[in-house]
Amino acid sequence: MSQSLVFMMGEFKAEFPNDRLYAKNHMWAIKQEENLYRFGFSAYAVRLLQDVYFIEFSVEPGAKIQLRQEFGTIESKKAESGLYSPVAGELLSLNPLILEDPSVINVDKYDEGWLMEVRGEGNELLTPEAYMQHLESAWEVAQRTIKGQANA
Amino acid sequence: MPSNQLTVVVSQGQSRNPEKRAIEEGIVQAASQLINTKVLVVPHLYDLGPKGETLQSLRSIDGPMVIFSWLFERAAHWVLDRNGVRGQVGVVELVDEDEDDESDDEDESVDQSEEDRVASQFPRPDRNIYCVDMRVRTEAEPFASELIRIHAECLTSFLHGASELDKESIGRFEQPTNTTALANDGTGRLALDLTRLGVADAPEQVITIAEHPNRRWYPVIDFSRCTNCMECIDFCLFGVYGVDGADTILVEQPDNCRKGCPACSRVCPANAIMFPQHKTPAIAGADVDAGNMKIDLSKLFGAPDRDEDAVAAAARERDEQLILAGRNAIGTAGISLLPVDRIEESSKGSVMPSQPKSKDEFDQLLDQLDALDL
Repeated sequence: MSQSLVFMMGEFKAEFPNDRLYAKNHMWAIKQEENLYRFGFSAYAVRLLQDVYFIEFSVEPGAKIQLRQEFGTIESKKAESGLYSPVAGELLSLNPLILEDPSVINVDKYDEGWLMEVRGEGNELLTPEAYMQHLESAWEVAQRTIKGQANA
Repeated sequence: MPSNQLTVVVSQGQSRNPEKRAIEEGIVQAASQLINTKVLVVPHLYDLGPKGETLQSLRSIDGPMVIFSWLFERAAHWVLDRNGVRGQVGVVELVDEDEDDESDDEDESVDQSEEDRVASQFPRPDRNIYCVDMRVRTEAEPFASELIRIHAECLTSFLHGASELDKESIGRFEQPTNTTALANDGTGRLALDLTRLGVADAPEQVITIAEHPNRRWYPVIDFSRCTNCMECIDFCLFGVYGVDGADTILVEQPDNCRKGCPACSRVCPANAIMFPQHKTPAIAGADVDAGNMKIDLSKLFGAPDRDEDAVAAAARERDEQLILAGRNAIGTAGISLLPVDRIEESSKGSVMPSQPKSKDEFDQLLDQLDALDL
């Protein structure tokens, strides 16, 4: 793996390889070919989730998905969430490995633990540097979201 | 005459959470110590096919049953009911700790009389089915205690029906005097000769049914709420619903249902349709908006901001599924106007989770986030 950028989540050092693009909803994207991207969770997302116990997709390969369309759910030791598409396009494949054993996401989030492949333009995707800026600016909102729930 | 034996069913979760597995194992362990019981370990209740070994076994049992599952109590009860495992709702005392405060809210929103309900018109058999949600505690011990309580309740109710000849020893069982006090080690294993009453000893072995069902997604109707109004059959355009020989609504083709889509539950005026795997507790079968232990990260992971009522949400979800199936969107066509209280209730988003119990790694992370705010 090439070089990485780092974002400090408190004392936790979240690393982001700069050989790929990122989505605002904390997924990474590697261009497989023109208009075809493979996605997975960034270190930021995995740090918030911690141990992933369960993942379920509600959309089959071949489906047209819209930007931010919900396509599944994830459950981890400390959190749960819907899964929302980082781009618009056609869902090509889902990683069968993580359905069998979702802990692959924790073990190898940037490679074996990939999530899905989508054929789409990916205009919404950010460079690693732009993603760092997004993390900086979204950090306060993220804290508020988590704290608001934790203190409810 | 129905069997007096108590069947204990532990339905395993889909998730590989080691804490969940420990709870399941703890309950099985406790159950295997109880006299006059049968212990079954089965896959996730909701995924089971009606023709599979598990449901065939459960259908053959006519005595009282306790089922531990990772589903809300109502969801588990009516999943069983749909699959021909029917009975009365056994009262479970071990419930979500946050639930008690608001438990009478629900009755106020239900203004139709009980006679209108399908379950009142077609009464279920007179045997108790106790459904325990394994999510209400984080360790096995409270579940074991609740199981022992239910076990004693079932044994007592059976013994009350016993012949006069046996009443004396039953009296001693219930109210031991100094001289007749029986050693009770907390497992119901009493030094009372119950064998002639047809009461068996603790089970020799735990039966594990190794079915490997695929994950499923379909609606479950609570017939203690359903009024047979047919709103759902009119709304669903995927042929999930049908009627039985007595013109009662039923989930006829569950696997026609569109994975992830809970739209019909939003249009049900009686709030009788559950999707046990939906992340919103009200849709998954919670009696009230029960607290959820986990942080919901959906907003951070890109969930769209939506401000819509139940009708709009149902129409959007149905349109999304129609488009995925290569059909045309139709908007709100075919949806009747719902009572206002129903709309307000179901348009609530996921509830705010309650505070995690113990300080751990994640809490420390939160603390670190706090520190950054300086």
